[in-house]
Order: sequence, then C-alpha cells, then structure tokens
Amino acid sequence: MTDPKADGGTTEMQVFQGNEASALGGLAGGVTFFAGYPITPSSEIAEMMSQALPLAGGRFIQMEDEIASIAAIIGASLAGSKTMTATSGPGFSLMQENLGFAAIAEIPITIVNVQRAGPSTGLPTQPAQMDIQQTRWGTHGDHSIIALAPSTVLECFTMTIDCVNLAERFRTPTVLLMDEVIGHMRETVVLPRPGSYEIVERRAPDPGTEDYCPFDCDEVAPLASFGSEHRFHVTGLTHDKRGFPTMVADEVDRKIRRIVDKIEDAADDLADYEEFMTEDADVLLFAYGSTARVAKSSVRALRGEGVKAGLLRAKTIWPFSTKRLRELAGDLRLIVVPEMNLGQLVLEVERGVCGEVPVRHLGRVDGHLFEPDDITGFVLKEAGR
Amino acid sequence: MSEAIENARTFLRPSKKLPTVWCGGCGLGILMSAMTRALARLGVEKNDVAVVSGIGCTGRLPTYVDFNTLHTTHGRGLAFATGVKLARPKLTVIAAMGDGDALAIGGNHFIHACRRNIDMTAIVANNHIYGMTGGQYSPTTPHGKRGTTAPYGNVEHDFDVAALAAGAGATFVARSSVYHAQELDRLIEKAVLHKGFSVVEAVSNCYTSYGRLNKHASPVDMLRWMKENSVPVGKAETMEPWELEGKFTRGVIVERELPEFIEAYDDLAERLTTSPSAVERVKSILKSFDETAERLNAKAE
Repeated sequence: MTDPKADGGTTEMQVFQGNEASALGGLAGGVTFFAGYPITPSSEIAEMMSQALPLAGGRFIQMEDEIASIAAIIGASLAGSKTMTATSGPGFSLMQENLGFAAIAEIPITIVNVQRAGPSTGLPTQPAQMDIQQTRWGTHGDHSIIALAPSTVLECFTMTIDCVNLAERFRTPTVLLMDEVIGHMRETVVLPRPGSYEIVERRAPDPGTEDYCPFDCDEVAPLASFGSEHRFHVTGLTHDKRGFPTMVADEVDRKIRRIVDKIEDAADDLADYEEFMTEDADVLLFAYGSTARVAKSSVRALRGEGVKAGLLRAKTIWPFSTKRLRELAGDLRLIVVPEMNLGQLVLEVERGVCGEVPVRHLGRVDGHLFEPDDITGFVLKEAGR
Repeated sequence: MSEAIENARTFLRPSKKLPTVWCGGCGLGILMSAMTRALARLGVEKNDVAVVSGIGCTGRLPTYVDFNTLHTTHGRGLAFATGVKLARPKLTVIAAMGDGDALAIGGNHFIHACRRNIDMTAIVANNHIYGMTGGQYSPTTPHGKRGTTAPYGNVEHDFDVAALAAGAGATFVARSSVYHAQELDRLIEKAVLHKGFSVVEAVSNCYTSYGRLNKHASPVDMLRWMKENSVPVGKAETMEPWELEGKFTRGVIVERELPEFIEAYDDLAERLTTSPSAVERVKSILKSFDETAERLNAKAE
C-alpha cells in the first residue's frame, strides 16, 4: 500500500478536504477518464476532475445517472484508460448491476463512495458507514470485491492511488469507502511526491501474441485494450476463456471460483492495519474510517481508567482478513466494534474469532459521529467496570 | 459476388458461434449482414471498430462479428459505448440495440446520447416486441397489438423511434427495414460516415413472438407488410397525413451539422492550455502535481 513517508520526499504543507485529496489521488494514480453524476456529499470530486482532466490530458463527462457513469468508466477502461467515478449511497445502489458486470468481465475501475446515512435518500449531508455489506454483496451473484477505508485526508489521497493500483493488478472493481466526515473534513497534509509511490500499470498481452486469451488462462490474465491488435469479446454472460458465452458446467464453475479466489486468496496480503496500544491490550477496539479516529481517543481515556485497551484500525475492509484478529485474540477478553451502522463489519469480526472472545457492537445511525465518551462508557460497561 | 460482400463475410467470426441464437425467419441476421456490408464498403480495419450492445436478441449481435465486441447490461449499451469512444476516439463505435433495450430500460441513455452528439452510431432493431423473454409488449408495440403481457391488445401508445431521436437532438436519423436490405446498408454506411451521433432505426420482424400473436401468417408475411406499409421520405412529403396512417417512412430523416462532443472538448482543452487563468487555477489544484500532469500529458500524446 502507498506509504506517505516513503523515500523520495514529500511536498509542502497544504490544506485539503478529503474529497479533493481523493480526486488528486486519482490523478496521481493515473486516472485519465472520469464519468460521474452529481450527488452529495461526493460532488467535489467530480468538480475537481472536470477542472483538472482537460488540462491533464484526460477527459471528463457528466453522465445522465450513476448507472451510465459506471457503464462509461467500464467502457473507457476496456479502451485502455485508468478510470474512476465518485458517488454516495443512492448512486452506489444504482451502480450495483454494472459493478457486477465489471467483476465478471474483469475490468478495472475505481468507485469512490462517500457514505451518507440511508436507507434511501436518508441524510444526504451526514456521515454513516452503512454501505459496508452493500459493497461486498450489493450486486447479485457470487463475486468478490476490494474496498479500502481512509481515516484521514492524507489517506483519501494514498488509498485512492491504492484503489486504482489494485483495480489494475487484480482486474476488478475497487471501492474507496469514505464517509461524509472524511470527505468534507479539511486537514493539513503533506502529500508524497510523484515517484515516491508505486503506480501499477495494467498487464497487457505482449505485442504479436497470437491466440490471445483474455480470461481463465491465468489467475489474472493480461487485458488487451479495445483498439489494440487483440480483438476479443466481452460479455456479462458467463464466458469461456476466449470471452464467449458458455453453459458448460466446468467452464462456468472455473470462471466463478476464479473471480472470487483471485481476491479472497490475497486477503492476508491485502490486509492493512494501524495498531494503537495493542501490545499488551486485553480489550480491543476494532474500527475503521472516521469512527477509528474517535476510538483512538477512547483508547487513551480507557488507559486512564486502568483498562488495557488497544485499537485495531482496519484500512482494508474487503477482502476481510481474519489473520491479525486471530493472532491478537488469545490475549483478549473483549472486542468492541463501534460502527456508524447497526452491525455490519462486526459480523466478519465475529466470524474471525469464532466465539473465542466476546464481541460487542456499538452502533450509531443518527447521522452523527461517535463522541469518545460514547465508546469509552460502552467499553467500561461491557468490561464490567 | 461483389467485393464488398466478400469482405463483409470476413467480418463474421470464424471460430464462434454460428449459427446464431436467432429463430428462423428473424430479421436480425439481415440487419447484421447489412451492417457488415456497410462497414466493408467503408473499408474499416477490424481492430478499429467496436460493436457494443445491451441485452436481448439484438444484444447477441456482437458475439458473431469479428471486431472489438462488448455485450453489456440491459439498456446500457450506449453508456458503455460513450466510455469506449471517449477513451479511444479513433475507434468506429456502433451500438446495436433492440426496441426494448434502447427505448424502455435504456431510454434515458438514448435521449442523452442523441443530445450529446458524440461521434458514434446507434442501430435500433425495432421488432415491436421483447423477443428473447417471450413476446411481452415493448415501447414500440402499436396500440391495440398483442403481446404476452398485452393479451387483450396494447393499451399504451408506441414511440416513433426516428422522431424521438430527432426530437432529442440526434444530428443524423435514418430508417429502413430488413425487407429493404440494400437501402438499410446504405443508410448504415451514411450513419457511420456522419460526424456526430447517428441513429438508424431498422424495422425488423419477430415472427416467433410478435407475428404469431398478431396474426401474421409467416415471416414472409411480415416482410411483405414492411414492403407494403413503408413510404420513402421524399414521397411521404407529398402525401396527406391520413394517407400515412399506419405506415412508416424510409430514408434519411435528419441530417445536420453540430459540433461533435470530443472535438469540442479537445478544442476547449487546447484553448485552456493557452489561458493563463485556467492554467493557474488547475496548477493551484494540482500544486505539487506538475510531474503528474506532465506524465499524463506525455501519455495522451
């Protein structure tokens, strides 16, 4: 993952909001095509892209809805561009069918979802973490997905680069799961300089390759661009290794297992955490996004109360890795998962520790961030203090 | 056999997957053949053409032609095609859709594509019914005609596809039918040559679903209907509205010039690079990204 302290230096101190940092991350990651539709609280990303792309050698288009936006970036990606769109809950719901298309057709795209409270129109201007399971399971049919969750404005930048990189590496849709607070919060940041972070370029078939095989010949096959010398067929129907529709049981089975396994098998590799005071902790707060910032304050407060608390902040949400949780679980007597929903990622935490440690969920769905005291008080009560 | 027809045959995929899924007597094969003849006469390279579709019987068309082919989700072909074209303008992009695909689930994309004037071609195969799902009524099923979901006759009124495209701002609109196969390929050729968004409505026949439900004796009977109930655009101008009742017009219906989207966008980008205020504004956005901008620029070249 992109490390902002990597060698190669940094730029001067600047003030950005998370949405601006995400747009910059897209540009830094090599995005040359953006299609989007206005929706609060993500619109600043489209606005910045519309300003920057024509001068940066790319193209921007505002489509007629979010269905068309994701369709256009899939088409552009297939024609060789790195692509991105940005949206929020209702728009993300509209994108689900074509997100599944990108998953089965194995076309790299990045979706930034600046989460707001739902369901439906909900609270357009207030934060939530209610799209966690929709990101994983929102489109129909078995598939997998990669999703990252930033907690800081700087991470909005670095993780957008990561999302673009991972989309290219795995030939899959990736989702940056921001929330309204991170999107609109302004922070002083020092961005890493170009050249100090990795940019993944898409693996294409070698020039002159005869008998190009776009699917199933490799865990992640090279992807030719439309307009190159390699013509091939792309469909959302289950397809064989050449891309043509198939109903042959073996071919169908292989295809679906592979698009899941190529991501799920990499779960431990892709897992990325920040750990805070976990060395001697027996009470673990498991959090992500803006909630994790609050949870860190709670860890300090709990330490002041004599509770050996620690924080495991997940940066990678999907694929969900249980490895680090299981390593820590032996020393834990309690895990608390605060989320701005009524219990979504906590389900994965429970599965991860398999009943070895009690797991308690603290949910908030009123459109407001947790206060540190909310979490601290909950932990003290649950820890029997 | 003419050279164009020979060349058109080379545009069919050798390995896959003929025969088609289409029923005997279906008009879609005639349409596909007209499309390949048009492209053969234009002398296109296979690598330089992208054929995009949505879902339905017409949605299967890209499977059979040896270009860059993209079979997308229901109704969204034009939205995918928009991305393909904007990312790689040198491609000749054709979106092939049925009437339900283009005008019901995809109706919003259709009108906005007409309005934007991106240089690509939409071919709407209009057989007045949802064929693949078994004959349900579509946005172009005429009032009173039957579908499996209009068992007592259609209560709704149908779209005039060409008029819809013209009203939404398409800069080239033409219509013919699969009976008039040679006229159809000439019109597709003109549409592809047109700089801007072009629409060709190909009136087609679905005997299996529409024909049987609406008392057409055979596919041939449906083709005969096209022959007897269509009027060339020029002749229609001399006729009274009552004479045209129940008939459709054939030929070029709209042909006009309007700046094409990508040309307009790139012109704007070019002017921006010489506008100090625009450059300053974007530099202030990109601040520390001069190198990125340079890299992107280099890539674009």
